[in-house]
Amino acid sequence: MNQNNPINLNKTPIVRYRHITKAFGERTVLNKLDLDIFPREKLALIGPSGSGKTTIARLLMTLEKPSSGTIEVDGEMLWHMPAKGKLVPASEKHLHRVRGKIGMVFQHFNLFPHMTIMRNVSEALVHVRGLDKEEAKRRAAEMLERVGLSEHVGHYPSQLSGGQKQRVAIARALVMEPKIMLFDEVTSALDPELVGEVLEVIKGIASQGDTAMILITHEMDFARDVADRVLFTDGGSIVEQGTPEEIFERPQSPRLQAFLSRFLKEEPNGRVAAGAEP
Amino acid sequence: MDGLHLELLPPLLKGFKTTLMLTALSIVAALAFAMLAGLARMSRRVWLRWPAAAYVEVFRGTSLLVQLFWIYFALPMLLDIQLSAMTAAVLALSLNYGAYGSEVVRSSISAVPKGQTEAAIALNMTPSQRLRLIILPQAWRMMLPGFGNLQIELLKGTSLVYLITLADVTYQAMMLRTYDLSSTAAIFVWLLVLYFAAACALTLLVRLAERRAAAGRS
Amino acid sequence: MWKWEYVEKILPKLLEAIPVAAGAALAGFALAVLLGLPIALARRSRNRWLSAPVAAAAEFVRSTPLLVQLFVLVFVLPQSFGIRLSPFWAGVLGLGIHYSTYLSEVYRSGIEAVPKGQWEAAIALNFGKWRTWSRIVLPQSVPPTLPVMGNYLITMFKETPTLSAITVVELLMTAKIAGSASFRYVEAFTLVGLIFLLLSYPSALLVRMLEKRLQRREGRIGSR
Repeated sequence: MNQNNPINLNKTPIVRYRHITKAFGERTVLNKLDLDIFPREKLALIGPSGSGKTTIARLLMTLEKPSSGTIEVDGEMLWHMPAKGKLVPASEKHLHRVRGKIGMVFQHFNLFPHMTIMRNVSEALVHVRGLDKEEAKRRAAEMLERVGLSEHVGHYPSQLSGGQKQRVAIARALVMEPKIMLFDEVTSALDPELVGEVLEVIKGIASQGDTAMILITHEMDFARDVADRVLFTDGGSIVEQGTPEEIFERPQSPRLQAFLSRFLKEEPNGRVAAGAEP
Repeated sequence: MDGLHLELLPPLLKGFKTTLMLTALSIVAALAFAMLAGLARMSRRVWLRWPAAAYVEVFRGTSLLVQLFWIYFALPMLLDIQLSAMTAAVLALSLNYGAYGSEVVRSSISAVPKGQTEAAIALNMTPSQRLRLIILPQAWRMMLPGFGNLQIELLKGTSLVYLITLADVTYQAMMLRTYDLSSTAAIFVWLLVLYFAAACALTLLVRLAERRAAAGRS
Repeated sequence: MWKWEYVEKILPKLLEAIPVAAGAALAGFALAVLLGLPIALARRSRNRWLSAPVAAAAEFVRSTPLLVQLFVLVFVLPQSFGIRLSPFWAGVLGLGIHYSTYLSEVYRSGIEAVPKGQWEAAIALNFGKWRTWSRIVLPQSVPPTLPVMGNYLITMFKETPTLSAITVVELLMTAKIAGSASFRYVEAFTLVGLIFLLLSYPSALLVRMLEKRLQRREGRIGSR
């Protein structure tokens, strides 16, 4: 199946998954997956739980190691490095260098509870990017302003609501200026009334355009709004992909149709997505 | 006033100073051993894990007093060196309680949620940055209760140095007895009170540390 | 530096001392088990006149060295109260009282782990206070604490060398006597260390096995 996206034919992919297989013990979660992601592309990943979408993101963020296959990021191999004309498993130094181009926002925020909001956002700028404290604080303050949390800079995560925490997490990842940002079900752990503020922030980032984004989400409306391309995964492979219109209005494969009908009629928190039949 | 036997205090306090100094030195050294061994036992490198595990199992599995005697009497014979009673005492106490402390370190680090490590990886922190900036500060808070208990045990353990004739407060008490056998009861009461006071002070220290470590967090 | 013939000479003497140490540990443990429960119950009492003094006394005993407490038993008891104990029984008493304070905490955590619903069911079925404790609460609170108790027994065994200070001829004392006779301490003390290690390490593993077995049984029985 031709994985190359008809929309961005002339650009070179910024991420290439080639024959990626990932097994956890007996269970094979991804089987010989091929996937190209293009610069500044907004890619939505939908599919049932266990279909492998989170694993696709985690392999890129180096939180999991592929069982076999390669991932290329911005022209370089991620999990492998060249040595004496061959490809060998990457050293920690190599991983560290390539990983700097990728950022991730987690479902459960994972903010550092022992640091203030300001420190949460500026810490990596100081210790990983090597910026001096003042410059790091300046950039962090700017980013926190962007996500609407300037008045909370001195607070601790425990003092914030879920939506606020997630916005901090977005600021923390974004301030590192990654070329690719991963959003792993970032609203699934939020109370319904807090989801909107987070989606607004993400839409803002998407429209400012510079970062490629992979959005793993159950919010179909949101995916339709923001994504350039939607991927549907099931059973460890990409079953169908296309523009939001193609995927949501004209689903081709029976599995996608079944998924959408189950999903769009009633979402996990009881809301019904627009466009579903009453 | 005579019933209180306050005249016993000055000589006892002289030995108490030694007890406190010995306790303080040993706590610091034990903390260092606990951190090193605890981290080593969690390392992926076998050449770090196994020696650390051996150290911990040997010192936890044998008696403190035996360790003290071995370090003071047997070790100098083996290595043909001289060891002062103080050095032997600090070594024995810190190695022993460092071994128990390593378990506290290990379990606390394991208890830090995995998501914290993942967030630190996502921000491209190096493994040592992850440990130093994210994991240890959070694990430290969980280590305090366990460390608090261990330092009281260490304080009690210092009384054993009397048996290698180090002039701690127990030693002074036994000396006082030889001068006046009839005040035995009063001597021991004061001795126990002094130890209890030190234990309370140590507990207070840990409570303060716990409060500081919880600053800002729920 | 290491003379194997010397090892041959003193090893039998050391092995002979093991029953003394083990006996003191077991007797002390039995005493601690017996004393620990009343202390735990007294500390839980709603009567402040009972719980406060007992708690204070327990904390005092727990926070002060066993060595000093042994000296009190051996020097103060005869002088001030006319009670004269043999070193062995003074040691047993000292161990038992000292560790009963620890075991009372173990009893307490076991009791608090019994779900509130058990107490309520006992009230609903009109069990008296005594029967509630003896038939419902204690039988549930004690088994999960057995591994921890087991660890304390091992700890008390490792504490027996302290009894050498009041002239109980256990392992360390035997080694000291043997060592000072020929001025060779290396073999004597190393052997004692090894004996402790060889006895306590497998025991600790046994206790860990017991713990895992108990956890599995809890899992199968399921929530009540």
